[in-house]
Amino acid sequence: MTDQAAVIDELPAGQMEHPDHIAIKAFGFWIYLMSDLVLFAALFATFAVMNHSYAGGPSGGQLFHLPEVYAETLFLLVSSATYGLVMLAVQKNRKDLVLIWLAVTFSLGLGFIFLEVREFHAMIIDGNGPWRSGFLSAFFTLVGTHGTHVTFGLIWMLAMMVQVLTKGLTAPVQSRLLCLSMFWHFLDIVWIGVFTIVYLMGVA
Amino acid sequence: MSHESIDSAGMSRGTGKSYATGFILSIVLTTIPFALVMRGMLSHEATLIAIFSAAIIQILVHLYFFLHMDSSSRARWNVLAMLFTILIMFLIVGGTIWIIYNLNYRMM
Amino acid sequence: MFGKLSLSSIPWDNTIIMGAVSVVLLLGLVILALTTYYQKWTYLWKEWLTSVDHKRIGVMYILLALVMLLRGFSDAILMRMQQAVAAGTSHGFLVPGHFDQIFSAHGTIMILFMAMPFLVGLMNIAVPQQIGARDVAFPFLNSVGFWLTAAAAALVMVSLGVGEFSKAGWSGYAPLTERQFSPGTGVDYWIWSIQIAGIGSLLTGINFLVTILKMRAPGMKLMRMPIFVWTTLFTNVLMIFAFPVLTVALALLTFDRYLGMHFFTSTLGGNPMMYVNLFWIWGHPEVYIVILPAFGVFSEVVATFSGKPLFGYRSIVYATAAITVLSFSVWLHHFFTMGAGANVNAAFGIATMLIAIPTGVKIFNWLFTMYRGRVRFTSPMYWTLGFLTTFVVGGMTGVMLSLPPADFVLHNSLFLVAHFHNVLIAGTLFGLFAGYAYWFPKVTGFPLNEKWGKRAFWCWLIGFYLAFMPLYALGFMGMPRRMPHYSNLAWQPYLIVAAIGTAVILLGIIFQITQLVVSIRHRHDTRDLTGDPWDGRTLEWSISSPPPAYNFAIIPVVHGIDAFEDMKEKGIAYLQPHSYHDITMPINTGKGFIIGALVFVFGFSMVWYIWWLAILSALGMLFTVIARSMDDDVEYVISAAEVEQIENERYRKLPSIAGNRHVDGLIPGG
Repeated sequence: MTDQAAVIDELPAGQMEHPDHIAIKAFGFWIYLMSDLVLFAALFATFAVMNHSYAGGPSGGQLFHLPEVYAETLFLLVSSATYGLVMLAVQKNRKDLVLIWLAVTFSLGLGFIFLEVREFHAMIIDGNGPWRSGFLSAFFTLVGTHGTHVTFGLIWMLAMMVQVLTKGLTAPVQSRLLCLSMFWHFLDIVWIGVFTIVYLMGVA
Repeated sequence: MSHESIDSAGMSRGTGKSYATGFILSIVLTTIPFALVMRGMLSHEATLIAIFSAAIIQILVHLYFFLHMDSSSRARWNVLAMLFTILIMFLIVGGTIWIIYNLNYRMM
Repeated sequence: MFGKLSLSSIPWDNTIIMGAVSVVLLLGLVILALTTYYQKWTYLWKEWLTSVDHKRIGVMYILLALVMLLRGFSDAILMRMQQAVAAGTSHGFLVPGHFDQIFSAHGTIMILFMAMPFLVGLMNIAVPQQIGARDVAFPFLNSVGFWLTAAAAALVMVSLGVGEFSKAGWSGYAPLTERQFSPGTGVDYWIWSIQIAGIGSLLTGINFLVTILKMRAPGMKLMRMPIFVWTTLFTNVLMIFAFPVLTVALALLTFDRYLGMHFFTSTLGGNPMMYVNLFWIWGHPEVYIVILPAFGVFSEVVATFSGKPLFGYRSIVYATAAITVLSFSVWLHHFFTMGAGANVNAAFGIATMLIAIPTGVKIFNWLFTMYRGRVRFTSPMYWTLGFLTTFVVGGMTGVMLSLPPADFVLHNSLFLVAHFHNVLIAGTLFGLFAGYAYWFPKVTGFPLNEKWGKRAFWCWLIGFYLAFMPLYALGFMGMPRRMPHYSNLAWQPYLIVAAIGTAVILLGIIFQITQLVVSIRHRHDTRDLTGDPWDGRTLEWSISSPPPAYNFAIIPVVHGIDAFEDMKEKGIAYLQPHSYHDITMPINTGKGFIIGALVFVFGFSMVWYIWWLAILSALGMLFTVIARSMDDDVEYVISAAEVEQIENERYRKLPSIAGNRHVDGLIPGG
């Protein structure tokens, strides 16, 4: 075979020219989530070594109200499930359902944040803020970092609602919704660690 | 662009059933530990074992039912990345606890 | 309104600093003036500052690194001069507070603003070409990562003239870095600059990991990748998993300083030892991050200039994998003396000894590659030979230090300083210089002058030995590190020799600058028309120098290791395809630069407590990111006709040498 094309071993024109952008973006975002897991691991490690550094101040058992934490947990868990409904709606190309379930998820997430801020506020006005002891610094930072991630997720959700409204379910929009779904589920997974190690272990 | 959709993204598809199953399992795996601690029904050690086990199982439930991490070839790199991450997390958390407890005992 | 900032924040009374600031401002003005005079602002903005092309971003990273090398080396000169004279009754010309800032800046700059940008620059230039890709997975993110690093470097440079830098060393141990003991702006500059640079590194890590795993040319299985791609892959794994811990360590210190928390304070439940622990969980992988790419460069250089495939390809891959995993298990050896018990120290000491083994394997692989090869002694090969001999010494002193009882004597002595400079200079820096010389023709289309390159090498090698071998001796004699003054006069002769060594290295740097000037001046005579000045083995040498924006007109299909060498042996290396097709590429954007500018403002305002400005710049960054996501117009198409035109031009310039590449004497200027 002396035909140059055969010798050069080309693929059908263009096959390599359109890599699967959505798959690549999803994988890249997954790797970012892995780095975020390491970030939380360092915060958990810090909490683990400081969770008895009360400095004469209160312990978790004295401060935490488990019924509220249970409520927060349910808000976040249900919101994880409703985001699943967002993705199902995307698969069915139902823009209206996507918007509805995004709004529901957003409200539940906002509820979680509201409860958490209320908890923090109550502790702070009692003088039990993060400056009170090493334990409280570690508590506020670990739980607060999770809450900050959730807040960024909520901002992202708002941006997505605007994009779905104005652009429809284009490929880039779908890709971002997929990444946000990974983010949102991941935050719920981290919360499992938080409520178990910080709150339940703190009170038990 | 017709071949690009979230179907071909590196993860398997979700179904209504998988989300519902995952949700119900998670509710159960959340309520049990909270109840155990709030009611103080078991000994301290048993409670800790129970809540940790429930947490690990619930995390696996989330990974499988919500994040669709399975043994399919699509998810392979994702699973590998996660396993490596868990290894690193163990080294960091385990190593820190061992080192700092040792240091605290000897130096503080 | 301006927080803590005022005109008195400028250190008017320090002549040396004011002199340095004047030089920097003058050079900056000259550059601005020349750019204006030659009317290059539009070109600069359109082609470089807004570029999302990995080749351009790589060049900018390396330019940043070279500038910061000069700054970091100036710090070194000052320290060596000070220590050469400040013996006994003489106290030298630097007050202790200034000396402390100098050694802190030196370490911070050399690791985070010289070595990191340099290696990321080389990765950017080489890796997409080596795997047969058009660009990295996330070109915009690539631009953001660069501008974050540049902004952080700018923050360090600004600290010279406005405020002060940290005096707590590049490692910033608590409680010295707590507000109680370091109330000034120094530690804050240090925190924000490396925090920001760290985010940039994390983004780079994600980018290259995804690129290598998902965007290789068809047929390029993992075990067919060039070794530089393998080491890049592992380096990025380290970056992804180590930098978040640095982020946490710095963030917790920030919370202590800014919000009065108690992570690392000496009271109210804080634990300063926890800072040391977290810092080195990052710090140890970091040193492997800076060495692995150098190992990758040496692998490429040794194979190319021995004319043979690399010996023991698989064992080098496995050895690098072992180093990657093990590097997360040794960090305590940086604080053997902090007080842990024998079990803990022994465990980490053994792990540290183990991690030396894979590197030893590689040394043998490189040597066996040369054995029975037809070795060409080009300047990249000089750097490699300098590395092979000198780095091993540093590695061995490392194994000495891995023994806790030995480390109890040598920790924080000049022996330690000599060890890590031994591995960083002979390992990392020589590798970066080799890569710079090796890939320079690919980037610019003409080679670096070999004569000046070799002269520079000899100055670096001899200068290194003069500067650091005395430090090994001084460590044994009991001299600690970071001393602005000392009373033991027996140490002085050694420090004078070390200062002479620094002067020899300075000569080497002058030769390197000369090399650049001479090479640019002679570029029309030495132009590389083939794209393959070294008779290379990997894919980057199969395209023109410099390559077109899209790298490969047709993505090649790979059949084995050393894909280009494989094509040469089959006689298909320079065949032109019979048709081309449209190529889609990402559009340049200014948003990366804007994010960098905003993060600089953010960092500066946080240092000086200008809260309103910090909030504004943070919001600005958020809006820029959202605006970018709203932008649908992010790609452009290069038509098949245009591609054909570019490719025809390349083939027209190719001398007719297809199939006859194994000829000596093709190396210019040697």
